Amino acid sequence: MTESSSNSTPSAATQGWSVQDKVSASLRSRKRKEKAFKNLGLASVLVSLALVAILFINIFSKGIPAFWQTSMELDIYFDPQIVNVPEKPVQQADESFYDFDNRLQEWETELGFVNFNALINNAIIPLLPDFERSQTRFLTQLITSGERHALRQMVMDDPSVIGQTKTLRLLTAANIDVWLKGNIDRDLPDEQQQLPALVRDWADQLYAEGAIQNRFSTALFMNPDSRSSLASAGLAGAFVGSFYMMLIVIFLAIPMGVAAAIYLEEFAPKNKITDVIEVNINNLAAVPSIIFGLLGAAVFINWFNLPMSAPVVGGLVLSLMTLPTVIIATRSTLRAIPPSIRSAALGLGASRTQTVFHHVLPLAIPGILTGSILGVAQALGETAPLLLIGMKSFVASVPQTPFDQSTALPVQIYLWQGNELRNFFEARTSAAIIVLLMLMLSLNALAIWLRRKLEVRW
Amino acid sequence: MKRLATILCATAALTAFGAQAQQRDVIQISGSSTVLPFSSIAAEEFGNNFSRFRTPVVGSGGSGGGLRQFCQGVGANTIDIANSSRAIRPNELANCHANGVNQVIEVKIGYDGIVFASRAGAGDFKLEPKHVFLAQARQVPQNGQMVANPYTNWSQIDSSLPDQDILLAIPGSNHGTREVYEEKVILDGCKAFSEITALDSSAQNDVCLAMRTDGRVVEIAGDYTETLARLEANRNAVGVFGLSFYESNRDRLQVATVSGVVPTIDNIISGEYPVSRPLYFYIKGEHIGVIPGLQEFAMFYLSDMTSGFGSILEEAGLIPLGDDERQEVIQAIRSKQAL
Repeated sequence: MTESSSNSTPSAATQGWSVQDKVSASLRSRKRKEKAFKNLGLASVLVSLALVAILFINIFSKGIPAFWQTSMELDIYFDPQIVNVPEKPVQQADESFYDFDNRLQEWETELGFVNFNALINNAIIPLLPDFERSQTRFLTQLITSGERHALRQMVMDDPSVIGQTKTLRLLTAANIDVWLKGNIDRDLPDEQQQLPALVRDWADQLYAEGAIQNRFSTALFMNPDSRSSLASAGLAGAFVGSFYMMLIVIFLAIPMGVAAAIYLEEFAPKNKITDVIEVNINNLAAVPSIIFGLLGAAVFINWFNLPMSAPVVGGLVLSLMTLPTVIIATRSTLRAIPPSIRSAALGLGASRTQTVFHHVLPLAIPGILTGSILGVAQALGETAPLLLIGMKSFVASVPQTPFDQSTALPVQIYLWQGNELRNFFEARTSAAIIVLLMLMLSLNALAIWLRRKLEVRW
Repeated sequence: MKRLATILCATAALTAFGAQAQQRDVIQISGSSTVLPFSSIAAEEFGNNFSRFRTPVVGSGGSGGGLRQFCQGVGANTIDIANSSRAIRPNELANCHANGVNQVIEVKIGYDGIVFASRAGAGDFKLEPKHVFLAQARQVPQNGQMVANPYTNWSQIDSSLPDQDILLAIPGSNHGTREVYEEKVILDGCKAFSEITALDSSAQNDVCLAMRTDGRVVEIAGDYTETLARLEANRNAVGVFGLSFYESNRDRLQVATVSGVVPTIDNIISGEYPVSRPLYFYIKGEHIGVIPGLQEFAMFYLSDMTSGFGSILEEAGLIPLGDDERQEVIQAIRSKQAL
């Protein structure tokens, strides 16, 4: 610096310019540029923060109320006159399982003919002082239709409830929930309302008396999807489906990806072939996910005859998608480990396999874990390939195995977004988004925590 | 050698998976998004009422998409039932037969109305089929000649219509609703003009169905919620919906009369409301007896308890079959009467 300034002094003096002027002139413009860049950066951070805030406020303000649902506490009397079924069959000592199963099924069929709605109606009528017999058909609009199956299930599990009175909390119908929460404009005329005026008055009256309460509901978490009983539609089926898929990704993509990365990084010779492989892995990571769905439909379903809409196919497809992410993350972690560690191990007489598995891999674990968890989180939120392998079907049961038909969390959001009862499902969809977001955030937090905890510095 | 053995093992394992998959015990349904809500409800009730059978799985994809999947062949990796909001076409049936699906059993489940609706609070529409034709056609007849569609506002078509820009959201060609819409509204409205009827019959359909391309007619490939979103984004838009969808969203939508008739269940049963159509599903006869509960599901679906008057499906917006028609359809299922 000093040298250059001493060199420039004579020329500056001849032009009548002092060095000081020149420097301060350029300094001003440099400072201006720096300030402009800083402001630009700050503005873009603020804009993106504002967009995230708008998204979150929008989703949370819509979705949070859906975790609370209106329900009604009723004293249900399991009237033996209505639940008029013979005793539940018990397996006799000399009876084959097949015969017993047939008798049990006959009994269950008989139970299926019982009018459980009558039990619910009998419990509601005493709460409505002005009730008239002719209004009976409106009563079913108060409680969601799935609850009668819950009552039947209770009798099926334990027939001794017949003749007893049980205090149960039953979910109200979706339209009652919409009405009481004000999700439909309460001032609209009758012909634009979903419920008849009588039922709306009942709902208001029962709500004012405290018979119907707006309570935190586990239905959203415990039930599978439903279309005949909208108020009890839940995420359980989708959650278990996603869980199976993530298990398959964890047990398939991560071991394969890590093994491939170790081979490529530590053992493979550097030649044309490995170059081609490397380029292709990077390309694979850039392939749009929907292409993997097409591949899954063509190969796993049509060729291997795996079932449609099953988590096993979804898991395989998502594994393919996650594989390059895991390979790339693992390779960069391995590359970051100082060669001195390998040299030391080799110098002390360890074989290459021993070097890798005793010394390099343990140091690489934090990076591999982080990469894998982020890959799994990405797979958890993936929707497009699942649509192509038939996972957007309506499934009303929780899958027992990965071969059973199922949906996944992001697909469930897509399905609820398309449900025709918009007033109820707009909130439900946002609630499902919140659940998925929370899962993703906790996976990402786990990744960060593991990295912090296991990080090694050289 | 060892590597080869590993590969063989992996292949064997996957084949074993495949063999296991051959024995599917759950009914797979796909197709029309109009029929989807009804089939889903029937499926759920079926699973709840018959603990022996598992709850059928219902997918969507439009009538055309469902029938294409249905006709792919016979076997556990093909669907058992295709929902359709229109009757199967001869070429689709031929495709089915070509792929070995010879027993296609047609089941009519009821009726549905197609309604025009605008956003609640927007203008009140009293449509005639010819108004809709004039709003969507590429060329319209004027003073004995065909000219490029000059209409940009509904009130230009007819002074009784509201002063609103034309923006029409119609179902995409993958939907069965589209076919009924074209047949019962567009062709009907189009052939009211003497300029059109003067053309020879093959040219008539081409002229009638050609759509303007200036963005005033939007084809919606997705569900009715997508059409609803269009209406919510643009106050002027008029959309085509199924009656049951409108019934679930009466607070957001305002329905138009067609030829002076309000679309209600009564008007559709009596035939007064012109734009209604039967809804169907098609059963793969080859799968009856292989996939447990297939025939039972169809019988359950068609029972009075599930889809008759006062049933859960009527509550969901399906217009039930008459008694005689229902008996005929049930007979067809029982005797596996193929097309």
